[in-house]
Amino acid sequence: MWNSKRLVLAHLWFAFAGFGAALLLGEWQMLVRSPLHAWISNPEWYYRSVTAHGTTMAYVFPTLVAMGFGYFVTEQALQRPMAGLRWAWIGFVLVVVGTVAAIVPVALGRASVLYTFYPPLIGHPFYYIGVVLVVVGSWVWVALMSVNLYRWKRDNPGAPVPFVMFATVAGSYLWGWTAVGAALELLFQIIPVALGLRDTIDAGLARVFFSWTLHAIVYFWLMPTYIAYYTIVPRAIGGRLFSDSMGRIAFILFLIVSMPIGIHHAFEDPQVGAGFKYLHSVFTAFVALPTLLTVFTICASVEIAGRLRGGKGVLGWLKALPWDNPVMLGAALSFVMLGFGGAGGLINMSYQLNATIHNTQFITGHFHLIFGGAIVIMYFVIAYDIWPHLTGRALDSFGLMRAQLWTWFAGMIVLSFPWHWVGILGMPRRMAFYDYTDPAIAAQAASVTMSVIGGVILVLSGVLFFIVLARGQTAQRTEPAAYRFSVAVHPPRSLPAALNGFGLWLGLLVGLTIVNYGFPIAHLLATAGMAVPAINVGVR
Amino acid sequence: MSGDRIASLRNPWFTASAGITAAIAIVAAIAGFAWLPLQQQGERFRGVWDAICSAAGLVWTAPSGAQIVRADYPTTRVEVVPEMLQGASAESIGRGATLALRCTMCHGARGLSQADSPNLAGQSPVTIYKQLNDFKTGARTSAVMAPLAADLSEADMRDLAAYYAYLPRLSDHPPNTEVRPRIVANGAPMRGIAPCGACHGVESKAGAGWLGGQPAVYLRTQLEAFASGVRRNDIGEQMRNVARRMTPEEIDAASRFYADRP
Repeated sequence: MWNSKRLVLAHLWFAFAGFGAALLLGEWQMLVRSPLHAWISNPEWYYRSVTAHGTTMAYVFPTLVAMGFGYFVTEQALQRPMAGLRWAWIGFVLVVVGTVAAIVPVALGRASVLYTFYPPLIGHPFYYIGVVLVVVGSWVWVALMSVNLYRWKRDNPGAPVPFVMFATVAGSYLWGWTAVGAALELLFQIIPVALGLRDTIDAGLARVFFSWTLHAIVYFWLMPTYIAYYTIVPRAIGGRLFSDSMGRIAFILFLIVSMPIGIHHAFEDPQVGAGFKYLHSVFTAFVALPTLLTVFTICASVEIAGRLRGGKGVLGWLKALPWDNPVMLGAALSFVMLGFGGAGGLINMSYQLNATIHNTQFITGHFHLIFGGAIVIMYFVIAYDIWPHLTGRALDSFGLMRAQLWTWFAGMIVLSFPWHWVGILGMPRRMAFYDYTDPAIAAQAASVTMSVIGGVILVLSGVLFFIVLARGQTAQRTEPAAYRFSVAVHPPRSLPAALNGFGLWLGLLVGLTIVNYGFPIAHLLATAGMAVPAINVGVR
Repeated sequence: MSGDRIASLRNPWFTASAGITAAIAIVAAIAGFAWLPLQQQGERFRGVWDAICSAAGLVWTAPSGAQIVRADYPTTRVEVVPEMLQGASAESIGRGATLALRCTMCHGARGLSQADSPNLAGQSPVTIYKQLNDFKTGARTSAVMAPLAADLSEADMRDLAAYYAYLPRLSDHPPNTEVRPRIVANGAPMRGIAPCGACHGVESKAGAGWLGGQPAVYLRTQLEAFASGVRRNDIGEQMRNVARRMTPEEIDAASRFYADRP
């Protein structure tokens, strides 16, 4: 039955290899713009590095983790061979080819436009075509998730879809739809200019299209993490999932409300009306709902485990939890970072509060804490949990795993808290150079130095992570027991159609997108004279 | 359990989810498009519909007869875009060479000045064209250049730009071993000054002239003219903003640095 092991391993190894390289670039960037290092004299090197770091960390790494984990889930949850294995390999090859095509021009200094593209800056066309190939490769995965779900439902009429598969398909649909915004921007706006077919571009419209992708892409990165909270954590610590239906509703809510809210990234953009900014702000607030549902459900599930292990009293169950289990530890650290990151996010999504920190280092600190912290730490946990089932070798360096998770947590806090702070002090982001001898920003030197130290800790943690995996690759062969996902306290025997499929929710998603994005896009398309000359960047 | 009953008013999941989503959207829209705009102090809407259009991002056009503020001095009429004036023909360069005979007194026989006038050899064609145009329209003032530029046609200016861009730059200049001054290398971020090379570098931004080898006294005079507002043909005030915030020492250092490099 189990025929996608090599596929999943290929995805995860390529993802983590990219992650390791981009991690080093990130720390180099922190260092050279800190007071610890003399000015490198050439901002282009800095932006080249930022582009490579962002492209790898945002497009390649989480996409491959989601794809690999999705293929793993498909076989393990549906208990049958995955349909479309050959297509899955084609998707993987597309992602690899796209990554190489995108990174080569970046490395040559021909596309230092940052991963968010920033038109009217225009880089080498291969960069954008590479990103499109990565997205197309991931759409193969979206289609395969859908096909496998459809075939399983056809063969098991009326049976409840396993929760983990339901959540995975929700994540894939979210990505399939949210990637459309950037795809429209790339295919119809940026790539024609990069190829020299046009020499002007409507940068405002491009930013609106990108905002379509930009917010929900974070929820796509978050999906494997949330799936692990629900389906790995309770099982790994000997508990049960508190509620299967609550989990489904949380993923449905993510699917609907995490996408048509992206204009809150464009609060300071003049080309979008204030009314739409308010509308998006309101719907952004509703994203808190599935997150709070998740926090409740997971805390309840963990409490069940604590009580099953003999914990008593109001808080006594916390002590009874298996804190030496890397899954328990990773989830708890992830929750702490999610809490702090979420609090920062509330500031970003408020129209007025955002004005104080817009385009400051607060934003960079925020998304590193959420993505690099809360999300990526669970990617490590997922890898630790499924690795033995992929390699057929024991992964038992538990002490190293705990050290790795703790250092990742500590490093991310030391990195991102001062980062938020200097942002509140007004330090702008996306700048290659800061003159700390100037009295106006001299006081920020200490905070930036702390962030560099946090980065060093993260690099060390990254090294530990690769040591754990390498030791697993060379360990004794073993036959792991069948893989299991969490079981709910009350496993569903039958479900209403709404909680067992996606027709209704995809309809709502598209409808809400039209309501929230239709007019701004139509208006910008219909307004003449919005295009500006493209600015070609790159070493010639 | 079958999918075809999903979009039905008898399906409570459908009515509840669609109803709640629509209710949130409607309430948020009323607040965001009508109520909040009308609460703003200082907005002069002519009714609710006006407020809604404004919140939707429709461009509000000034009523006819409204006063339009214009600069009280001539501004440049040249719109500089990338790739402008590229690929001049040999004929254009030849015509420019003939026209340039009138310029040799100050700018030298092959565009290299002996008289602290700017060296034009190898200058970017956009820069030559724009400055000639600005002298002609009065956007840039010069007692010497204005009468010379007054009679130049559009084609003359393009030909002159093509000729001077074609000439080789000053090359027998001693290489500059001096360390780049801070203001040139880094600008002054806290004063909003970008490094000079950000626009005047190897990859010159459209409209930004080549500064290497220009006479120091000319560069200093121009920076001072930008700072005092005597020269104002930089359409976005970019050079005036930079020069105003530069100290006299920085102006001197930057002028010397560029004068000393090829």
